[in-house]
Amino acid sequence: MRLVVDLNKCQGYAQCAFLAPDVFALHGEEALLYDPRAAEEQRERLARAVAACPVQAITADGLDGAGGATAEAGQGESGGR
Amino acid sequence: MVADYLERLRREGRIVIVGASLAGLRAAETLRAEGFAGSLTLIGDEPYEPYDRPPLSKAVLLGRASARHTELPHRREIDAKWRLGVAATGLDLTAKRVRLADGDEVEYDRLLIATGVRARPWPKEEEARLDGVCVLRTRDDAARLYQRLRSGPRRVVVIGAGFAGSEVASACREKGIPVTVAERAGAPLVGALGGAIGAVAADLQLENGVDLRTRVTVTALEGDAIGRVRAVHLSDESVVEADVVVVSLGSQRNTEWLTGSGLGAGPRGVACDAGCRAFDFRGIVTDDVFVAGDVARSPHALFGYQFLSLEHWGNAVAQAETAAHNMICHGADRRPHLWMPAFWSSQFGVNIKSVGVPPMGEQLMITQGSLAERRFVGVYGHQGRTVAAVTFDNARWLEFYQRQIEQGAPFPVEFPTVDRRPEGRQPVPADFPDPSLPTHGPTVTLSGYSPADRQLVFTPARH
Repeated sequence: MRLVVDLNKCQGYAQCAFLAPDVFALHGEEALLYDPRAAEEQRERLARAVAACPVQAITADGLDGAGGATAEAGQGESGGR
Repeated sequence: MVADYLERLRREGRIVIVGASLAGLRAAETLRAEGFAGSLTLIGDEPYEPYDRPPLSKAVLLGRASARHTELPHRREIDAKWRLGVAATGLDLTAKRVRLADGDEVEYDRLLIATGVRARPWPKEEEARLDGVCVLRTRDDAARLYQRLRSGPRRVVVIGAGFAGSEVASACREKGIPVTVAERAGAPLVGALGGAIGAVAADLQLENGVDLRTRVTVTALEGDAIGRVRAVHLSDESVVEADVVVVSLGSQRNTEWLTGSGLGAGPRGVACDAGCRAFDFRGIVTDDVFVAGDVARSPHALFGYQFLSLEHWGNAVAQAETAAHNMICHGADRRPHLWMPAFWSSQFGVNIKSVGVPPMGEQLMITQGSLAERRFVGVYGHQGRTVAAVTFDNARWLEFYQRQIEQGAPFPVEFPTVDRRPEGRQPVPADFPDPSLPTHGPTVTLSGYSPADRQLVFTPARH
């Protein structure tokens, strides 16, 4: 599954790093490092991280297994705009 | 009549997007999301589908992600024709055609230019060809550099201490590789954040074991008998032996393919109005050519209507969405692109974020935290107004300062805060280099100086 984090929105709450530690990790106090290609066995954990992000900064596709369909976070959030 | 044209465009028109990266992809998705049902073509010079670049200088170099797998997730199906691995080489505005490197031509009804930037190469070609001399912009660049770092170089030299160069140096240190950073200015990041913050970045590098050389330029790259780089010569006459050299001298806008097209395109990008419509070289706005992302240069109401070129990830997304929306709707429904500039970088374990336009600021106040602790908020002021803010490991405050900038809040800042140290009570010079001197790595190019500033001489080209 592919994912991208809008790091303008990210505020280092680290929910993702607790829920999917093999995909997301804090680097220092609040910088986020992540693997943009999550392994298949991370599906459940990634879905939870997408849902739990307090600023809805994570976009991932293929979460429902249809490949191409999308779990889009943050459409209602104006973020930096 | 216009309504008829737009209806037909939305139903069966041809939209071509040149540039298949972040801006191109998000524009395509927006077009489909807003009901565009015609044909959509994406042209990209790299043979890969759109991928994300920020991880290339961070997670990829650290081995936490693969350079080959940073493809961007799609927000929706876009049902596009992809022309990947073939560059656009020309544009005929009258015939409404894009020429491709393979000789093919693609006709459009509306065109979006999102060709972005490329890494500025080392200017001496023979030296640039030495084995071990790298740049970092594309996924192929990142894959190559990662392999070089993995093979355990004795020393890496990074030329240029902008964000990309500093991130490379950070990755090297984290992997225990000796690294020298050569920088023309007095500190890292000065083009983007000024000398006062640059001094903090310099301390960070030194503490992490970077051999930081400032106020020097690289005069030559020396190769060995079989064409591998072996040493870097500096302007202070010192010589640094290295087997990898990363040239990190900022970027160049991909506008050469528009030469002679009649568009207002050049080394500073493609000028466009607030609605993302490109200007032609006479300064007249076009009706069917739009621009988005790093290659665009557009006026911003919050910053004196200066034309801003923003090499920011968030700008590429926001401008692509606005351009796509405006491409398929009536004048009254169009939106201006008034995105608040924002970027991030992480290096040496510190999260650096900014909003607004720091290089516009003359003065800086540390409103929270302290420089010595590397955890602070700095606010930039220009002519009595707050125009930007930067945080080191203090990102959650940034939104508050963004509102201050949007409201044109006074500077020096007047609100009392809970965490204000003596050093932050008075503004200090932000200490940006003279904008007319070449510096690398400003993340915002203030390319439309106020005419009153007289910093640019207008030299019309022969068309």
